[in-house]
Amino acid sequence: MQVIAKRPMALTDVPTHYCPGCTHGIIHRLVAEAIDELGLNEKTIGVAPVGCAVLAYKYFNVDMHEASHGRAPAVATGIKRVLPENIVFTYQGDGDLASIGTAEIVHAAARGENITVIFVNNAIYGMTGGQMAPTTLIGQRTTTSPDGRMVERAGYPVRVSEMLSTLDGAAYIARVAVTDPANVNKAKKAVLKAFRTQVERKGFALVELLSTCPTNWGLSPREAIDWLKESMMAYYPLGVFKDTTGEGETK
Amino acid sequence: MGELVLMKGNEAVAESAIRAGCRFFAGYPITPQNEIPEYMSRRMFEVGGQFIQAESEVSAINMIYGASGAGARCMTSSSSPGISLKQEGISYIAGAELPCVIVNMVRGGPGLGGIQPAQSDYFQATKGGGHGDYRLLVLAPASIQEAVDLTALAFDLADKYRNPVMILADATLGQAMEPVEFRHQAPDKLPAKPWATTGMKGRSPNIINSLYLIPEELEKHNLRLRDKYEAMKRDEVRYETSHLQDAEVVVVAYGTSARIARTAMEKARAEGLKVGMIRPISLFPFPTEAFDKAVKAGIREFLTIEMSTGQMVEDVRLATNGQAEVRFYGRVGGVLPVRDEIIAQLRKFTGGRCC
Repeated sequence: MQVIAKRPMALTDVPTHYCPGCTHGIIHRLVAEAIDELGLNEKTIGVAPVGCAVLAYKYFNVDMHEASHGRAPAVATGIKRVLPENIVFTYQGDGDLASIGTAEIVHAAARGENITVIFVNNAIYGMTGGQMAPTTLIGQRTTTSPDGRMVERAGYPVRVSEMLSTLDGAAYIARVAVTDPANVNKAKKAVLKAFRTQVERKGFALVELLSTCPTNWGLSPREAIDWLKESMMAYYPLGVFKDTTGEGETK
Repeated sequence: MGELVLMKGNEAVAESAIRAGCRFFAGYPITPQNEIPEYMSRRMFEVGGQFIQAESEVSAINMIYGASGAGARCMTSSSSPGISLKQEGISYIAGAELPCVIVNMVRGGPGLGGIQPAQSDYFQATKGGGHGDYRLLVLAPASIQEAVDLTALAFDLADKYRNPVMILADATLGQAMEPVEFRHQAPDKLPAKPWATTGMKGRSPNIINSLYLIPEELEKHNLRLRDKYEAMKRDEVRYETSHLQDAEVVVVAYGTSARIARTAMEKARAEGLKVGMIRPISLFPFPTEAFDKAVKAGIREFLTIEMSTGQMVEDVRLATNGQAEVRFYGRVGGVLPVRDEIIAQLRKFTGGRCC
C-alpha cells in the first residue's frame, strides 16, 4: 500500500479547536509542509499570537513561544537575533497584527528582520466572538458594527500587504487565499517562498492569507468561501506586492 | 583585583551587565537612563552580542521576552513612564518564568512627571506592577559601586529563579559619577537552560507559555509561583544595618535616600541622638527580619525616609507589625530630602530628649 497523503511531521497529532469550515487548519498544514519540505523541523521556533491561533503552540511540532497580543514580531526579533542560525516564524491574525500589533509588524519589516510572518486575515475578531477588526470590510456586520461598518464611524479597512510593501526592509510580501485547490497551491508556494527567503537570509517575508470565519460571519462554510471570493478579494487583491529576492514573480 | 574607574552610573550598570554575560539588550530612549542604551549600542557588538533600539518600550520588553526564551542573558532599561509601558511584557515574562534584568532609573511621576530623581515607583516594582499575581526580585543600590555589584548579581538570581529581576535606582545614581571596580566574574559556564526554544534537535518541542485555560492548572501554576516567591523571601533578603546596638530611633531608607539618611544619622549621633539605620537592599523580598531583630532588641521608633509620599513605609509598618511607632518623612517631585530636615524629624521623634 502506498501512502499518498499524511500528516506533516511539523504538525502534532492532536485535534484542533478550530470551528468547522474555518481555514486555519489548511494554513497550519501549509506552514507545516513548508517546514518539512525545507527540512527545518529541528531548527524552527514558532511564535504564536493571541486570537484564534492562540493555541498554535499545541499544533506545530516545533519549539514554540506564546507571545502577548500583537507582540509576536518583537518576540520573534529577540529570538532570531539571539539564534541567527535558527528559523523563526510568527503566526498572527488580523486583530493581532493589523490592530494592536501595528507598531511591531511595521518596525520588524522596516528593520528587515530575517523572519517569516504568516498573517491570517479573516476580516473579524474570531476568538472573542466576532467584533469588528481593522480589516473588516465597509458594510460588514460584526458585534461591534451591528449596522455594518460605517466609514463615518470606523474609517476604512487596512491593507497590510500593500502598506508593508512600501518598506525597504521587506523582501517578500504576498497575498494569497485558501479558497480552492488552485489557490491553495499558490498559497503553498508563497508560504514556501517566505520560509526560503529566511533560509537564504534575504530579509523580512510576510504572506497574507485570506481566510474564512463561517461562525462569526454567520455563513455556512461554503457560503463563507463564496463571500471571501466576492467581497474580500475585491478589496484585498491577491498577488505578490514585493519581491527583492531576485527570483522574479514581482507583480 | 580590578582597577578603580570613574564612571557614570548608567554606563557602569551597562558595563557590569556586559561582564555578567548579557548578550542581548533592547531599549528605547528616555531620560534619565539614555546612557545605558547608548553605551550598549557600541559595547554590545564588541562582545558579539545584539543591541536593538526598539520602536517602543512595549516592543523592547517583548524582544527581551523572545531573547530570554531563546536562552540569552538579556536586559532592558528605562525610566518610570517607560517602565509602565513594559508592565505587560514583564507580567508575561514572570508568568512564563523566564530570566531577565530590568533597570528602572526612576524619575518623578505620575504621568510624564519630571526627569529628576524620585522613589515613587516602589509600589509598582515590589507589588507586581503588571497584571496577575507575581513578584519581581527588586534590588536597590545606594551607590554606583553597589549598582555594579547588584547588576551582576541580578543576572545570577534571574537564572537561579527563572524570574525577572529589577534594579530599582533613580536619576541621581544614573547620572552621578563615582569610582567603581568591576569585581564580579561571570561564571565560565552559564547555567544550562534546557527549557529554552533553540530548535528541537532530538528532543520534544519546548514551549514558552503563560496560558493555562483550565482553572485547576492555573491554580497549580499560581501556587508554584507563590512557592518560588516564598523561597526568595527565605533566601534572598539583603539589607544593611548601622548602630542598632544602642539606637533608640532607627531611620529606614533605601537607595539615594539612604545616603542622605546616613549623613543625617552620623551628624545626629555626633550631637548625641542615639540613631541607627536599616537600609533595605532587596525591596522584594523586603527585609522583615531586620525589623524583627530591632523590635526584639527593644527599638520602638522608626523614621522612614523616601523620595515619595510614603510607599515603602507601608512595608515598614507591616514588618514592625504594630509593635513600634513608624513615622514618615519624604520629599517628592525630584526634590531630595535634606540632612538637617531629617535631623529635625528625628528630634521630633525623640521628643527633644537630647541636645
